[in-house]
Amino acid sequence: MNDPGRIPPSNGRRDFLKKIAASLISGLLGLVPLAAGLTVFLDPLRRKSAANGAVRVTTLEALPNDGVPRKFPVLATRVDAWNTFNQVAIGAVYLLRTADNQLRAFNVVCPHAGCFVDYLADKGHYLCPCHNSTFTVAGKVEDPASPAPRGLDALQVEVRGEKEVWVRFQNFQAGTAEKIVVA
Amino acid sequence: MKLLGWLDQRTGYRKLLHDALFENVPGGARWRYVWGSTLTFALAVQFITGIFLWMAYSPSSQTAWESVYYIQDQMQGGWLLRGLHHYMAQAMTVLLVLHLMQVVIDGAYKAPREINFWFGLILLQLVLALSLTGYLLPWDQKGFWATKVATNLVVTVPMIGPSLQRIIIGGTDYGHHTLTRFFALHAGLIPGLIIALLVGHIYLFRRHGLTAKEPRTRPDAAFWPDQVLKDAVACLAVMAAVLFLILRHRLFSSPGPLGAELGAPADPSEPYSAARPDWYFLFLFQFLKLFPGGTEVWGAIIIPGMIMAVIFLMPLLGRWNLGHRFNLGLLWCLIAGAGLLTYLALAEDRHNSNYQAAAKAAEAEADRVRVLAESPAGIPSSGAVTLLRHDPLTQGPKLFAQQCATCHRFDGHDGTGRVPKDPQSASDLKNFASREWIADLLDPDKISSTNYFGGTKHRDGKMAKFVKKDMANYTAEQKEKLTKAIAALSAEAQLKSQLVADQRDAAIIEQGRALIETELKCTDCHQFRKKDEDATAPDLTGHGSRSWLVNFINNPAHPAFYGKSNDRMPAFGAEHILTEPEIGLIADWLRGTWYEAPASNAVAR
Repeated sequence: MNDPGRIPPSNGRRDFLKKIAASLISGLLGLVPLAAGLTVFLDPLRRKSAANGAVRVTTLEALPNDGVPRKFPVLATRVDAWNTFNQVAIGAVYLLRTADNQLRAFNVVCPHAGCFVDYLADKGHYLCPCHNSTFTVAGKVEDPASPAPRGLDALQVEVRGEKEVWVRFQNFQAGTAEKIVVA
Repeated sequence: MKLLGWLDQRTGYRKLLHDALFENVPGGARWRYVWGSTLTFALAVQFITGIFLWMAYSPSSQTAWESVYYIQDQMQGGWLLRGLHHYMAQAMTVLLVLHLMQVVIDGAYKAPREINFWFGLILLQLVLALSLTGYLLPWDQKGFWATKVATNLVVTVPMIGPSLQRIIIGGTDYGHHTLTRFFALHAGLIPGLIIALLVGHIYLFRRHGLTAKEPRTRPDAAFWPDQVLKDAVACLAVMAAVLFLILRHRLFSSPGPLGAELGAPADPSEPYSAARPDWYFLFLFQFLKLFPGGTEVWGAIIIPGMIMAVIFLMPLLGRWNLGHRFNLGLLWCLIAGAGLLTYLALAEDRHNSNYQAAAKAAEAEADRVRVLAESPAGIPSSGAVTLLRHDPLTQGPKLFAQQCATCHRFDGHDGTGRVPKDPQSASDLKNFASREWIADLLDPDKISSTNYFGGTKHRDGKMAKFVKKDMANYTAEQKEKLTKAIAALSAEAQLKSQLVADQRDAAIIEQGRALIETELKCTDCHQFRKKDEDATAPDLTGHGSRSWLVNFINNPAHPAFYGKSNDRMPAFGAEHILTEPEIGLIADWLRGTWYEAPASNAVAR
């Protein structure tokens, strides 16, 4: 009955332990490089956003009190992995000053999917060039069919030393109804 | 022969070759069976061209665009290599759809081929993932902004969205690690998975054999050579189409790149209103517009996911005759729907003047950055993006539009071609300080027009009165002297556009300088080339030169310029409205000073 080419079927407790041990060892060996790789791969989760403190954006002279939004770049230090860039644009804001000297600041990024919104002076509203969301001058969603889940993100703005306009620049998560800071 | 026998004994290659070539094709070779082979061929082209591109590509935010530009414009045959990779990727998308349609129409997805169908669907997703990751790698404005939209949509994934997004882009914002990750996915992980699945796909295909199109009109035949010939001809057609796309702008002498397009380098601070995904994702892009705020997760994830799930279930539904018909109907509906959405997206952009303007501006910047990259200074180590940021021709108009055009004009517009809403209330600065500009300023009919002092408080000032009363009555001889003085004053600016004229007219300019100080009485109010404590009007020494203009923009109310009689113009430098480099960019642009490629250098693109 002995078939010379056939490997005898394994049986018994010893074989069972061997199988367990062989599987465990090979499985664990594979985990070592994978775990090392994943640890580095997930590093971005513990990185903090660079933008935070207040940044001097412009002066009141550059901002007539006509209620028309004007776009200004926000310059600050930006860290990109191994590089640090000083005084580079980390984003941009729309600033406007009303006749009664109220200041408003909005992040130019569309809260839908992150495109830069344009201010159309002839139409008197903001338009996102990607998916056509519109916003009023006050930053609220204008056309209810707009894909944007919330209005433009208002930023804290203040005047320091009588003339300088400072903005606390922050980015917010796109695509959510609530305004969640990217920190 | 002996050697081959030896080799066969050790490898068994003859059986392998025989199995590969003499696969039975039931009912004989047919054109409708070519799609799988064309896809394998396209994938092979992508691997070959991709590996060679890899040898010249450098993924980081200061080198990605630069290395792609170098491949495209400087390395021999780079345009062809990149063109093949770019257009073959697009051809693959089309071939995938054709392959899927053939499989469903012929019922080749039914039992026992379900698993192979699923392998195919995963392969389809992986190829689309290659397209998506590849779109970002050139790091140009288009790829940057379009991919940004795609990765922002990841946030809508329930629960893990924000963390997932951060892992994908390698941090809180786009940067080096976005590129290194996308590149590792594009050139490593995804191709590896594709190879593994393709091996399984072809193995299963061979295991179950070809699904014949019934009725079989002809006898069975072997794969080699009939079907292989048909496959080869089909691959030839694919390659011909790709080569046509690469060369089409040359063949028809239409404006456009040789091979694949490369936009201006990505600049996170520079808005890009022409961001669009590649054409085969336009239907998804258009689909998203249909979902008002708060419901976008349906458009971005849930509905596409559900459709994909139904496609996955097709083999199970196909067990029933009705189910097969449903599958067919669904497929046609999806293709028609995607086609319609793509058409709508394209039609909307065609009629959108803002988009058209943005696309045109993007093209101009892409051309400009290449001119600068080819300048003797070349691309600095800080990257090509700084070339545009420091270029007066690129930044001048933007800064002018933002800061100056509320009052001034440039050839009637705001520098970028748009006409501002507010009426013009200060001079038009096109050709500022040139002979023509000064001659018109000193023209009694023009000095009080809106293009000069008309909108300002100098409209009826001393200068305007002098021009309108005294100069208006000049004799022919005096007018000739005035022409000389104008040449002399304009020569102070040392404009690039007048270099030749200034050199030619050196003698006239010398006479003109004397006239400014004597007969024409300019120095009664202005200072000119000599210290004059009593001067009350702007200094004419070096009028319109770079340093004069920079100082003027810095503070027009400085005693050397308008002093207390300054109208509304802010002190842009002194009040920190503009930085020193920005004022320099505006001055250089107004004076027409920027790098221009030598005529012989103009590369045909």
